[in-house]
Amino acid sequence: MSKKRQKRALKNAIPFMLPSFLGMIVFSFLPIIISIAISFTNWNGLDKLSYKTLASNFVFLDNYKQILGTSEFWKVLGHTCYYIVLYIPMVLIMSLLIASILNKNMKGITVFRIMYYIPVLTSWVAASLIWKWVLSPQYGILNQLLGYIGISGPGWLTDKVWAMPAIVLASVWKDMGFYGLFLLSGLKAIDTGYYEAAIVDGAGKMKQFFSITLPLLSPSMFFCIIMALINAFQLFPQVQIMTEGGPNGATQVMVERIYTYGFKYFKMGYASAYSWLLFVIIFILTLIQMKLQNKWVHYES
Amino acid sequence: MRKKLMSLLLTGVLATSLLTGCGSTDDNTAEGTAATTESKQETVDLANTEVSEETAEITYANFNASGGNEETLQKMYDAFHEEYPNITVNIETIGYDDYFTQMQTRVAGGTAPDCYELNIENFAAYANKGVLAELTGIDTSGYNTTALNAFSVDGKQYGVPGNFSNVVLIYNKDLFDKAGIAYPTDDWTWDDAMEACEKISALGDDIYGIYQPITFNEFFKVAAQYGGGVLNEDKTEFTINSEENLKAATMMISKVTETNVQPTEAQMGGMGDWDLFESGRLGMIPTGIWAFNTFADACDFNWDICVEPGGTQKATHFFSNALVVNADSDKKEAAATWINWLASSDTAAQMRIDAGWDLPAINNEDVLSGYLKLTPPENRQAVFDSLNYLTVAPIIEDYSLMSDIITNKLSLAASGEITVKEALDQAQEECTAQIKLQ
Repeated sequence: MSKKRQKRALKNAIPFMLPSFLGMIVFSFLPIIISIAISFTNWNGLDKLSYKTLASNFVFLDNYKQILGTSEFWKVLGHTCYYIVLYIPMVLIMSLLIASILNKNMKGITVFRIMYYIPVLTSWVAASLIWKWVLSPQYGILNQLLGYIGISGPGWLTDKVWAMPAIVLASVWKDMGFYGLFLLSGLKAIDTGYYEAAIVDGAGKMKQFFSITLPLLSPSMFFCIIMALINAFQLFPQVQIMTEGGPNGATQVMVERIYTYGFKYFKMGYASAYSWLLFVIIFILTLIQMKLQNKWVHYES
Repeated sequence: MRKKLMSLLLTGVLATSLLTGCGSTDDNTAEGTAATTESKQETVDLANTEVSEETAEITYANFNASGGNEETLQKMYDAFHEEYPNITVNIETIGYDDYFTQMQTRVAGGTAPDCYELNIENFAAYANKGVLAELTGIDTSGYNTTALNAFSVDGKQYGVPGNFSNVVLIYNKDLFDKAGIAYPTDDWTWDDAMEACEKISALGDDIYGIYQPITFNEFFKVAAQYGGGVLNEDKTEFTINSEENLKAATMMISKVTETNVQPTEAQMGGMGDWDLFESGRLGMIPTGIWAFNTFADACDFNWDICVEPGGTQKATHFFSNALVVNADSDKKEAAATWINWLASSDTAAQMRIDAGWDLPAINNEDVLSGYLKLTPPENRQAVFDSLNYLTVAPIIEDYSLMSDIITNKLSLAASGEITVKEALDQAQEECTAQIKLQ
């Protein structure tokens, strides 16, 4: 494409992009910039937000220092890591399982695809409330099922050790359809020729899976891992509704803290600083993964 | 493929940062329009203003009418509008769950309603931050004084009590009969209650004597019953780990951890305390008078009420929501007239009682007497007898933070992880470190 034509294309595109671009500036970019400013102040979230209020409440890096100095921050980060360690392997395995089931050519497969995707479309509020019932120690269906096979289930949401796994369980149920769909498209993109060749060479199902499917699926897996990690750090609605950070703070996570500080304790500056720390953590982790991908992600072309 | 993936990823990262940014600033994009004036202390002086003939249109936001009393509020407004035809009120009723997040954003953005309702926790924060107008010159003679004083900060009245409710001891008469013990009386102490609890618990494995939430809300009241409190007299220091408080907290927690006449979290299994009472498996529950209507419908056994047991003295809960005027409103007189009428006029009070909504915070016995005629409970008089022992929440600016810290420590103690003494010591330490008192 010549430079001139490129320019003209841009000119034509601008009017089409403008509406969403304006929305993005007003509702996304401005708040991002303002939240940096707020994070350097101890604004309480009630005084009128203006340059003057922010200037008179300026504390520079105090919020960041304070957050990093509290044991709470590290505790909350620990809870998030606990969640990630359980959630990511489980959600990947479940998604892969769903993807390979849905990849079969059988009658009525569309019905199954829809079934697995329904949780993704369900609102977290409704899903959390239902899971709260499922997980109820005495009246919940989960412990009842466990009872049939002779296991007396724990007090899922009221037990310090089991509360986070319970949230992981609900999250995996809700998210596996989403990642499953991604992996399914990855599976579909694998040339069947590879499998045919493998069969001719006498490779078994297992060998096929580890030598063909997994390597060729790695770009999709990579994308899923990054998205799942980002989502894990932003864990919030299920915690807020199912446990409110309890029992005894065992499920307090970063976004829950940000909400509590901003809207319950009236420490908007502190909350903003918290959210920027969250951003930095996610950003660094994503950068690391981008670097590491050379080691294991195979691109076909 | 690789390039495409990269761009997809970058979009993901960007989306994340957007979400993060939004999480903290929410709708505060009103920066451009927000006035740059410092929030100043404004006062409403009705005494100096003639009843203006000018018409005023004001906005009133509340959460208390949501979930069943919207029509009652509308009827009240119709009556008000007849009396003051020049004042038009746009009523906004917002559900409790969204109310305070929304109000905070609106106050900060300069678009708060002219007058609105606040619960007692948020009232303190708002009043201390100077966003409420002081109300002077309104006729406060009709109010219950305890309720009225709850909303005065440093001698300045920033709100009027829109309603009030208190806590009484509700008990299952049938369980008392079965256990063969006498019903509770108004002069019971916790020792008497514990004795009854053990006998009721002995009736069955899944029957419990009492349920009293292990929360800050209960703690400050029980502390008062033992002569303690979480703050010293002039609210300059925390006194959470005092001798009296330790006695109070020990009483609250040992009935879970030691005698187990109160179910643990695990034994509750996610069931609500009201549900437990309604199921007929709970002897006593100290809870709010707003439970009456629900219990009247749901309980198929006999129940009644009396004044809550005490420690070395009696103390009972008192809750009230404040009706306040926005400091930035330009129609403060009209707003104050409306909230004062809504909170204290006999007409509004009568409607409130007739609808079984809650109690108006007034001192007119004639109007209140209508409330006594409703049954169950038989002994409705206990609601008013409890008023003799009112204790008000220790209001400080960081009320929610203090409340969360103490609740958290108490529930750690109730789960047996730390001792009661450790819980109070830790709470004292954390509150002192994190909260600046005036």
